Amino acid sequence: MNPRSLARALPVTPALVLLLLFLAGPIAYCAWIAFTDLQLTGQAQSSFVGFENFRTAFRDEEFLNAVWLTLVFTVVSSLLGQNTLGLALASLMQRASKPVRTLTGGIVITAWVLPEVVAGFLLYAFFRKEGTLNALLDLLHLPSQNWLFTLPILAVSFANVWRGTAFSMLVYTAALNEIPKEITEAAEVDGAGGWRRMWHITLPMLRRSIGTNLMLNTLQTLSVFGLIWVMTRGGPGDRSQTLPLFMYEQAFQNSMIGYGTAVALLLLLVGSLFSVVYMRLLRTEV
Amino acid sequence: MSDRRRNRRLAADAGLSVLAAAFLLPLAWVVLSALDPHADLRVKVPDGITLHNFDAILTDEITFTPLLNSLILCGGATLLTVVCAALAAYPLSRFRSRLNRPFLLSILFATSLPITAIMVPVYALFVQVDLIDTLQGTILFFAASQLPFSIWLMKNFMDGVPKELEEAAWTDGAGSLQSLVRIVLPLMGPGVAVVTVFSFVMMWGNFFVPFMLLLTPDQMPASVSINEFFGNRGMVAYGQLAAFSIVYSTPVILLYVLVARRLRGGFALGGAVKG
Repeated sequence: MNPRSLARALPVTPALVLLLLFLAGPIAYCAWIAFTDLQLTGQAQSSFVGFENFRTAFRDEEFLNAVWLTLVFTVVSSLLGQNTLGLALASLMQRASKPVRTLTGGIVITAWVLPEVVAGFLLYAFFRKEGTLNALLDLLHLPSQNWLFTLPILAVSFANVWRGTAFSMLVYTAALNEIPKEITEAAEVDGAGGWRRMWHITLPMLRRSIGTNLMLNTLQTLSVFGLIWVMTRGGPGDRSQTLPLFMYEQAFQNSMIGYGTAVALLLLLVGSLFSVVYMRLLRTEV
Repeated sequence: MSDRRRNRRLAADAGLSVLAAAFLLPLAWVVLSALDPHADLRVKVPDGITLHNFDAILTDEITFTPLLNSLILCGGATLLTVVCAALAAYPLSRFRSRLNRPFLLSILFATSLPITAIMVPVYALFVQVDLIDTLQGTILFFAASQLPFSIWLMKNFMDGVPKELEEAAWTDGAGSLQSLVRIVLPLMGPGVAVVTVFSFVMMWGNFFVPFMLLLTPDQMPASVSINEFFGNRGMVAYGQLAAFSIVYSTPVILLYVLVARRLRGGFALGGAVKG
């Protein structure tokens, strides 16, 4: 590289150093200690154990439980919840009157902007035995129950929907605004009803936004920790323990850093996979 | 307006109102409970209005120290992020190089990695290099974790500033740094504001990073202290918890409103995400 382009690239250095030291470094370190038996305390030297941590994981019922719960959490809260509800909100907003639209947008976005822990507390209060949801059910003479005990994974999934839907709503609002009015109007003149227009025109035109949105939602959902921690601590027992909480428990409660990191590495691999797919989607768009 | 269209609008209004009410319930709880002398866990009309809950939490131990810690931590990290992102975005936006594309692709890849997953190794690493339980270590990590998205956003905003404006400055002998600071950044004020506010809001609400990297209670930001303070007590004063939640959330809500206004309501996050 010649001196001129070197001088030009100079401003990138601080960012590059930070990224290498604090992001690429830990990822490389992660890939290394996942293959060791590193522990939190006592042990002076850790040794290389190959794929032992991964073999342990796939025999570990708690790990498989965490994988299953992560899957439920992701499908319910990201795929079905945030994505569908976000699209519903955005398309209703296209037709609604301005005051209702502004108010709804404001409320949904507030839920999104709130700090994670505060959102956790609010939804904890909502789902508790003495909470708002049960008060509402009593009012309607429907059976109430202790949601955080009977259906903890669904409660935290709904909490994540409450907190995360605004993002999908914003993405879909932007995407819907880009669909030319003439197209939907032409379909209307041809006599296509609301659902048919949605299915045959709007959804196909939103294909890319849906892809992008699903990827980003899923990635965000995979790394949720604070929300679940505040609401249930992964409990009762391990019934809402998703992979991030499992990883934390193994590393710190059970002092098995090596094992916890192996789980982290798996999570990172799944994340990278989604990330690559997401970049593919962007490439077709740019 | 035709009847059909009006009906459709009414239906949409009704549907939206139901959804809005569902989203509103938890928010209503926090506001009503904060003002209620006998708050519990459900949404109800307060038994009288009181500011006692706020009085009780506005102490150094519960509110001021954690908020100050949050401010130092998130303010410092945001400053670092924005400066590094602006510097890095400049050559990426202005000069052609074979390295631009691979660099931007890596950045884009990193924006979507689940940061939660690397916290255990970061903890182990920080123990070894003695950065654990230090504000500077946490600030550096925060900045690094927020950098990929900030660089990406900043570069996109910078691409919108016409290059011709700087060319005059270049012929007058201004260096890259000068034209960045004097010409480009002032022209992309809203863009810089978005990056700043976005980074700050993300860090302000982040629980896991300080939870893992800080140990001393005196250093804890509000995101962690709220949990320690209210979560570990047998008998929780819900009114106070609600009051604290409001005090702690207000800055980020105000910042969001500020930026959203500036961008004329249509917060272009969708556009930013699409690249």
